[in-house]
Amino acid sequence: MQLIIESLFNGVAIGSVLLIAALGLAIVFGLMGVINLAHGELMMLGAYSTYVTQLIFKLPALKPIYNAYVIVAIGVAFLVSAVVGILLERSVIRRLYGNPLETLLATWGVSLILQQFVRSVPLAYGTGIAIALLTGLILPILLPKNLYKKNRAHLVKFGTWSVSALIGVISSSGLSATISKLGRASARNVDVTAPAWMRGGFELWGITFPMTRLVIIVITGIAVLSVTWFLNRSVWGIRIRAVTQNRSMSDCLGISTETVDVLTFGIGSGLAGVAGVAISLLGSVGPNVGGSYIVGCFMVVVLGGVGNLMGTIIASFCIGIITDLIGAGRLLTIWPQMPAPLASAIDFFATTSMARVLVFALIVIFLQFRPAGLFPQKGRMVEA
Amino acid sequence: MKLSQNNRRLFKLAIGLIITASIISAPAILPVFRLNLLGRYLSLAIVALGVDLIWGFAGLLSLGQGIFFTLGGYCAAMYLQLNSSAELPNGIPEFFGLYGVQKLPFFWEPFKSSFFTLIAIWLIPALVAGLLGFLVFRNRIKGVYFSILTQAALLVFFNFFNGQQKLINGTNGLKTDVTELFGQMVGSDSMQRYFFWITALLVVLAWIFARWIVRDRFGNVLIAIRDDEPRLRFTGYNPTFFKTIVFSIAGGLAGISGALYTVQSGIVSPQFMTVPFSIEMVIWVAVGGRGTLLGAILGAVVINYTKSLVSEALPASWMFIQGGLFILVVTALPEGVLGWFQNDGPKNLLSRLGIARPISTYPSLEIDGKEEVKP
Repeated sequence: MQLIIESLFNGVAIGSVLLIAALGLAIVFGLMGVINLAHGELMMLGAYSTYVTQLIFKLPALKPIYNAYVIVAIGVAFLVSAVVGILLERSVIRRLYGNPLETLLATWGVSLILQQFVRSVPLAYGTGIAIALLTGLILPILLPKNLYKKNRAHLVKFGTWSVSALIGVISSSGLSATISKLGRASARNVDVTAPAWMRGGFELWGITFPMTRLVIIVITGIAVLSVTWFLNRSVWGIRIRAVTQNRSMSDCLGISTETVDVLTFGIGSGLAGVAGVAISLLGSVGPNVGGSYIVGCFMVVVLGGVGNLMGTIIASFCIGIITDLIGAGRLLTIWPQMPAPLASAIDFFATTSMARVLVFALIVIFLQFRPAGLFPQKGRMVEA
Repeated sequence: MKLSQNNRRLFKLAIGLIITASIISAPAILPVFRLNLLGRYLSLAIVALGVDLIWGFAGLLSLGQGIFFTLGGYCAAMYLQLNSSAELPNGIPEFFGLYGVQKLPFFWEPFKSSFFTLIAIWLIPALVAGLLGFLVFRNRIKGVYFSILTQAALLVFFNFFNGQQKLINGTNGLKTDVTELFGQMVGSDSMQRYFFWITALLVVLAWIFARWIVRDRFGNVLIAIRDDEPRLRFTGYNPTFFKTIVFSIAGGLAGISGALYTVQSGIVSPQFMTVPFSIEMVIWVAVGGRGTLLGAILGAVVINYTKSLVSEALPASWMFIQGGLFILVVTALPEGVLGWFQNDGPKNLLSRLGIARPISTYPSLEIDGKEEVKP
């Protein structure tokens, strides 16, 4: 019994990392039909935001509340990735709607640029740019509406952007002066240290559950619940779904489809940032960290079926549990009297990389029976 | 109004002549190091031709051509290793000894024969591609799903090859430059010159082969698959068959390309199966011009040569340039450089600048904001 609970927990832990990583991808792909190969790099940005937040919380002024930095980092990572995502949507992806293959190539280009950006630009400058973009986007919402009179609108816009650029420059130079680690560009991996309360484990029924894994499961749970609530209950969520189902009709009924596009992409990218927080707690963070997760995310989306959160959830837990069962060789411990040929076959696959091989084979076999994934969209279209 | 048939033929002839002239004069002008690089990039042109066949003509964007490329490379490398390890203990390549393997794994046995290897280099990748393609196409999985699945397959092969030390030397790969062929070191200068000529010859042959395919009725079916697959199906054709065939042809071309690349770079390793390399193959074709075979060859050679020059001068900047290239080609130049020239790009540019007279076209209808129907 203990064994089953332990392997189930491990599977759920792997699955929840996959789920939080794939959630944003599933939303963007399912609702907008856009394949975002830069998703992994948005996760990487989230992980780096966690690192920067952690360093800032080590400053003397913030030292007393150091333990709470993870919670702040979630917000910061969400905002940073969301802003970068919105910028990406406005500048590149907007021109490519309806051409998924072209979008795929363009976002790959974006991911290369982001990777090299992190390598060759000091983190302090990156932080400054992120702060400038954030203030530039948020200031117009805070300012009173009547400032934007017809003849002044351009002037006010110019003013807000120059103010936010100034704030960005000041904060980046301040950061590089106070924290020397942020002032230099380096391609080396960095490590996020978990606060004291997240180290160690949590004991129940004689089994130790690692705290970080539990925290990731909780973060994933909250993210999934809030996305579900947002899409099903909130006004903008309903608008997003309306645009997904029929773009021109929603447009006719007065829904601003452009805002919907920006919002959807922003939320999807922001969730990538939150996933970045989770992966920064699991291992060291480098420019390539996103790439190792992205293919797993796509497998989740393909297996789960498009435009269906339930499918994404079930698919990621299935992949997580199966990967753990095979990769850790748990089947042998659960069922020791296995016939010898089967046991040696399972032994052959009992490494993380070979488990991936087998899981992929299983997915391809599964797709032979259900080509559109676990929960296909119903419809009578020729082009499914 | 497109370029007249004659002009277009002249244009293509000119490009062909320039390529041939530069290839023939290259061994005389370039030092061996550069010649070797050029030879490698020419061999990459063969895999680019395959990508162009499946993507430019049939509309299948595969992000997993690295699988077939590497398979071809391993076939060639293993033959060379077996060929020059007769005096070694047990008569098997040295690396097996490191992992305590005494006997050659059974599937490597046939690679002792050069005849078998010459066939296996293209046949094995083609068969793997055919099987993978059949399983995917049979279920009408297409578009981005196909791309994602090929990418996942690439990662799976990468993991498999990386993890199997006892069978294929795992992450270290197989070295070929110290092996012998016809009593000469494969890595020696004279041998590399021969490989250059062989590569150049095979590029031309591959181009003729690809041209023959797309000029035929088979090529028409491929273009029909790209442009409107349901309609092709309703007309009574079975797209699965054609897609599988063209995918395995591309796989075979990738295998030949991988073998040539391996003998010229001196090593084959799972690094050839990383995700970026396979996507780069697509960008060579995209820049050169998808749907134009010469464009694929030019794109592969020119981009790679530029890459090596730029990374020697400014190592950090290539990623930015490459990323920018992806975005630029997709947003501003979707038909590639050669395609742009062929579709009156220069004339359009001039007329947009107000220098030449605008070309009169029918207005295109927009239906539902998505499909463009040109009457």
